[in-house]
Amino acid sequence: MARINGVAIHGYGGYVPRYRIKDEEIGRIWGKTASELPVNEKTVAGPDEDAATMAVEAARIAVKMAGIDPRRIGAIHEGSESKPYAVKPTGTIVAATIGAGTGLLTADLEFACKAGTEALQLITGLVETGRIEYGLAIGADTAQGRPGDALEFTAASGAAAFVVGRAGGDAAASIEAWCSYVTDTPDFWRRPHDRYPMHAARFTGQPAYFRHIIGAVKSLLDNDGYSLDDFDYFVFHQPNVKFPFAVAKYLGIDRKKITPGIVTDVLGNTYSACSLLGLVKVLDSAEPDQLILLASYGSGAGSDAFVIRVLDGILERRRRVRGLSSFIDDKIYVNYALYLKFRDKILMG
Amino acid sequence: MRVPRYWRNIPFRYRLVGWRCNHCGTFHQTKPITCKRCRFRDFTEVELPKTGKLITYTVVRSPPKEFSFTSPYVIGLVELEDGTRILAQITDFQEDELREGMKVEAVFRKIRVNGEQGIIEYGYKFRPAIE
Amino acid sequence: MGKVFVAGVGFTKIAEHWDKSLEQLMAEAAAKALEDAGIPSVNSIYVGNMMGEALQEQAHLGTLLAEDLGLTGIPAFRIEAAEASGAAALYQAALDILSGRSEAVLVIGGEKLSDGLSEEVSSAMMMSGRQEYEGFIGADFYAINGLLYRLYEKRYGSDGIAMFPVISHTHAAGVSHAQYPFKLTLEKVLSSPFIAEPLRRMEVSGIGDGAAAVVLVGERLAEKIKSPKTAFFIASSTDYITPFERENPLHFQSLAMASDKVFEETKVERREVDFIELHDATSIMAALSLESSGFVEPGKAGRLAEKGEFSLEGNLPCNTFGGLKARGHPFGATALYQVAEAHLQLTERAGNNQIDSAKIGLIQSLGGVAATAFAILMKKV
Repeated sequence: MARINGVAIHGYGGYVPRYRIKDEEIGRIWGKTASELPVNEKTVAGPDEDAATMAVEAARIAVKMAGIDPRRIGAIHEGSESKPYAVKPTGTIVAATIGAGTGLLTADLEFACKAGTEALQLITGLVETGRIEYGLAIGADTAQGRPGDALEFTAASGAAAFVVGRAGGDAAASIEAWCSYVTDTPDFWRRPHDRYPMHAARFTGQPAYFRHIIGAVKSLLDNDGYSLDDFDYFVFHQPNVKFPFAVAKYLGIDRKKITPGIVTDVLGNTYSACSLLGLVKVLDSAEPDQLILLASYGSGAGSDAFVIRVLDGILERRRRVRGLSSFIDDKIYVNYALYLKFRDKILMG
Repeated sequence: MRVPRYWRNIPFRYRLVGWRCNHCGTFHQTKPITCKRCRFRDFTEVELPKTGKLITYTVVRSPPKEFSFTSPYVIGLVELEDGTRILAQITDFQEDELREGMKVEAVFRKIRVNGEQGIIEYGYKFRPAIE
Repeated sequence: MGKVFVAGVGFTKIAEHWDKSLEQLMAEAAAKALEDAGIPSVNSIYVGNMMGEALQEQAHLGTLLAEDLGLTGIPAFRIEAAEASGAAALYQAALDILSGRSEAVLVIGGEKLSDGLSEEVSSAMMMSGRQEYEGFIGADFYAINGLLYRLYEKRYGSDGIAMFPVISHTHAAGVSHAQYPFKLTLEKVLSSPFIAEPLRRMEVSGIGDGAAAVVLVGERLAEKIKSPKTAFFIASSTDYITPFERENPLHFQSLAMASDKVFEETKVERREVDFIELHDATSIMAALSLESSGFVEPGKAGRLAEKGEFSLEGNLPCNTFGGLKARGHPFGATALYQVAEAHLQLTERAGNNQIDSAKIGLIQSLGGVAATAFAILMKKV
């Protein structure tokens, strides 16, 4: 695919709830020992939070950083697999809360954990064609982990948002290219009336996560004229800590370029926000002119890969808002009982 | 089901948008016919500031039925940056953070959920402000 | 203002009357009041009730009671002013008489709160606040009181506020119509669980059912009938519904104004008042009522309560049969109970609770957290 012309990130924001539960505490309930715990701790949405409220948190930060009148936003796409309503848009809730007005395209997206990066792709396209002036791309999830299941240790809550517009002025970063790699691979799914997703265990590894992320990265490199050495950072979707480093090893990428984008160890897997929060973390400390390769992964399955170049404008823009590390470090621990109450897992009737 | 009532109040509940009397400055949540204080009929739509401080609070331990499953919860009286006072639930606090004078900021949260089938009612709450 | 008289009263015990409906309770109280007045009929009926639609899904109570009392044909309607609905019904009844249109009016107050669960009642009580603001976020009647209690605590210290329920209970001991006719110690109050900190369960009135009725008559009829009578004067005022929009949330301006009006009209001075039936829906409301209506300096109510000022033997007896806390508070009926009890006091029929030489009694009825206030002054004739 050809390189993208003149599209930039003007503002971005990441949000995670204050609450955390340690994997050790979950392990205590299900009889798992330390060596079996995939991450240290994960974020827990408060009882009054959902994907819409968290999308608003992240969006407010992104819009503040962008410094624009929200009425100039022409489209809002939010990706989530924990939409508050099966039928009723989240985009309009976000629009109403940030004051974006009525002349908007809002479409909620689903593609498991890559719905957030899809939002970024779609918004990029709308901006590139000149159809909209600014767009808001959000990934937000309050992922539900099935109690006692392996994924309970990592299913977490978080949101990331990006205000995208035409390049120029003092934008924070430019989006130079993207591509996707998709196949029909049912590694992880949820039927409409089920509360929790199902997954195919080890099948979610090589034929799913690895095949698609590597496929997307290779496609980006082959078709758009980049080489691995061009990049200063690699941010991969991170359902646990092992997987992104395994991709790095396979492709021959230096571990040091992966570590800055790792958030899962302290946040868990925030699903549609996951790789985007890794991107936010990198953007919060990257230097102008550095190059980032972002590759998400969504079960079902597919991966979206992006080339993002950090611009001079990021230095001043970062100072306008509360950074992700401030949210990461701001914690209130809960025990398993409170976790069950907060996450609405107690049978009330 | 309280759909039309919920929908009518969205501007105030989502963004703290209301109407200020141009004569005496009294704030009204929904567009008034006359000012409740001075009876003039000239208003400007305003969006209230989102930060302030907690004047005082109470912990509700025996809630009305709509809030049975969120017990206990905190109701606070917040004074916003511009002096407007507003009642709100206080959320996301640690025990030792909750005190009179605490700096707070507005957040967008679920206020009530009408069971498994009804609408979700969103609105404002306040949480401890991070400097 | 001309002359209006209480000519008869009747009331049921306040309790959980599982076996009686709202209309049955009210008819019972009404029949007793008519009998006490010694008149078979009236020209109109006013009903005070707050929760009929919410808990019984029954509106149109005036006409319903007219039918159940065999008085179909006369004008009859329900008046509502939240927890002061009974007083509002009395107000309208008084106007009816003063207008000359009616000579005798029956006022019935009733409420059947036990038909709802306590959390349903708390929810319905939010109807007395601004539903779309306070109700929406769950800032119910108790939460608002909790906040006022805290503001009071900060400004004056709250020692002694919790004595108000103790005083009410002491007065209710042995009272046959009271919901809780037993003593309560301060320790018991202060160790009861919080409803909305710092407000405790034993500082708020309970959930009960009851009906009380009063027959009001004009001057002409008062001269003819034989039953004991008392002179009746009523004033009312309103304030903003949410206390925190008021200039001073700790001052019940509505009650101050209603009180001033009734004292001005009757030319009575506060020091002449022999007893007050307070609206002690909560301990803090009792204190703020006394302070706002000019009987106690702001901040001093608690200390005076501790010193026995408001006991039956004190300088200013309050809640002579137990008030809202111990006699009970079936919302729409409450003001009718207060008037009935004052009538008994002033006609020397108060038994063990009799205040010696009682000549002037004051009743305070509040809707919401003093958003509506009624001040009723009754005089021995």
